[in-house]
Amino acid sequence: MYAQMITAEASDEDPKLLEEFQARIDRDEKIEPKDWMPMAYRKTLIRQIGQHAHSEVVGQLPEGNWITRAPTLERKAILLAKVQDEAGHGLYLYSAAETLGVSRDELVELLHEGKMKYSSIFNYPTLNWADIGAVGWLVDGAAIVNQVALQRTSYGPYSRAMIRICKEESFHARQGYHAIMQMAFGTPAQKAMAQDAVNRLWFPAIMMFGPSDSESVHSEQSMTWKIKVRSNDDLRQQFVDQTVPQIEYLGLDLPDPGIKWNEERGHYDYSDPDWSEFFNVIKGKGPCNVDRLNDRTNAWEDGAWVRDGLLAHGRKKAAARTAAE
Amino acid sequence: MADNALFQFLLRMGDNSLILGHRVSEWCGHSPVLEEDIALANTALDLIGQTQFWLGLAGEVEGKGRSADDLAFLRDAWDYRNVLLCELPNGDFGQTLMRQFLYDAWASVMMGRLMTSSDERVAAIAAKASKEVAYHVERSGDTVVGLGDGTEESHARMQAALDYLWPYVGEMFDSDEVDAAMVKAGIAPDPAGLREEYDALVGKVLGQATLTIPTDTFHHKGGRTGYMHTEHLGHLLCSMQWLQRAYPGATW
Repeated sequence: MYAQMITAEASDEDPKLLEEFQARIDRDEKIEPKDWMPMAYRKTLIRQIGQHAHSEVVGQLPEGNWITRAPTLERKAILLAKVQDEAGHGLYLYSAAETLGVSRDELVELLHEGKMKYSSIFNYPTLNWADIGAVGWLVDGAAIVNQVALQRTSYGPYSRAMIRICKEESFHARQGYHAIMQMAFGTPAQKAMAQDAVNRLWFPAIMMFGPSDSESVHSEQSMTWKIKVRSNDDLRQQFVDQTVPQIEYLGLDLPDPGIKWNEERGHYDYSDPDWSEFFNVIKGKGPCNVDRLNDRTNAWEDGAWVRDGLLAHGRKKAAARTAAE
Repeated sequence: MADNALFQFLLRMGDNSLILGHRVSEWCGHSPVLEEDIALANTALDLIGQTQFWLGLAGEVEGKGRSADDLAFLRDAWDYRNVLLCELPNGDFGQTLMRQFLYDAWASVMMGRLMTSSDERVAAIAAKASKEVAYHVERSGDTVVGLGDGTEESHARMQAALDYLWPYVGEMFDSDEVDAAMVKAGIAPDPAGLREEYDALVGKVLGQATLTIPTDTFHHKGGRTGYMHTEHLGHLLCSMQWLQRAYPGATW
């Protein structure tokens, strides 16, 4: 179904329907699954929601990397609960995507074939315990800035999923900041770990908002359809503005010498990240791309016998019930 | 002696949930389907939560100022008191779920008995844990049935898991002087006395799963006394305790 959709041509869509659709968007009405929508709107949403769902699932891996090494029982429990939440977000988002006529299995297959992406941030490694705090604080923090905006997105199921997800993500960001605070205010070795984490994750975190608006291929149409409601640069600036004082509060060095308060703009200036790195990561050349995707495909393939076994048992039970009737 | 016996008993309870919880948490992000990732994380989370209570009380009873974290992260393998079953490697998903079921079935019987413990603190922990354990045994039992009575391959894998794990079941029902002291004080039941209920529960589920319980009654032991763990435990502790060992005295 999806494969057919992505090759379908939108050119024969009724101009009147398109016009009515845009008028609904302009009136800030939510679009619901059974409503008519342009094929390209549907495709864009499938791409975006699917990518978001995959990010939640792949995002389990860098955090899971530290579950077995969490330094206290409480930290271990917090991290387990957080990763469990992320997997749950994956489920809501796959369900939201399913309302557009694509199954979870189809989306997973596209991910495994490298035909769909997930957030580039998860292609960076978690190398010390402070990374776990930094992931919650910076990565979930950046995701929240983006997702709070997406609560107003025009597609109803996606908007509602975002509202629910944001509540949990805000909690994660606070827990992350608390964890890195312990490190920054701890022993010199802990403080060094915190600094190392911030230095490594800062640019990848600000790249999460995507390229500058002038460079972003999907931005303009998505803004018109209100799938996106704020620009990449706007969101990035908001994140920088809220995060710089937090880094200062921790007593850590700023990870970018270009960060400076700009009185005139009323915002922090910051250096542009190395976008060639971003595009390399997108193309599969990030530090962990190959390992992350192998982990997911191996888990899927190794688990085939489990899925087949449970399905076979379900069929036997159903057959036994029918025979008994 | 009474306090030391209680301390040992509490370590056995807490170490079981800690080591099994740790093993289950190793699955994070790698299970066969997203719902299982969630379920395994949830199970691990419950077990770690139970550990905080059992080891917290153990530290209190010992009276040397050790916290649950001190006990979890700063003891070496020989001081661990979990049954060997809990420390065995995950293997495939079938082995993990079979291990979980064999443990959950024991825990469900044990928690039921501990709810009437003469020690109110023990009874309170058991009352909380019993709700989680009731759900765990239902879920692991259902999965064992589904996979045992699934395809030819899933059946063969589940039978192999049962054959591998069964020789570790008996240790959960061994008794020694620690147990005798617990029985005398009315704190905990004699483990041997749980076997009948356990066999009935396990027999029923494994029967539905079309699996065959091995007839050999031999069982391994050495975990709950600390006399001889498997080689696997040391590696688990290397990961689990690394930060606390490498950076002593830090607050996390």
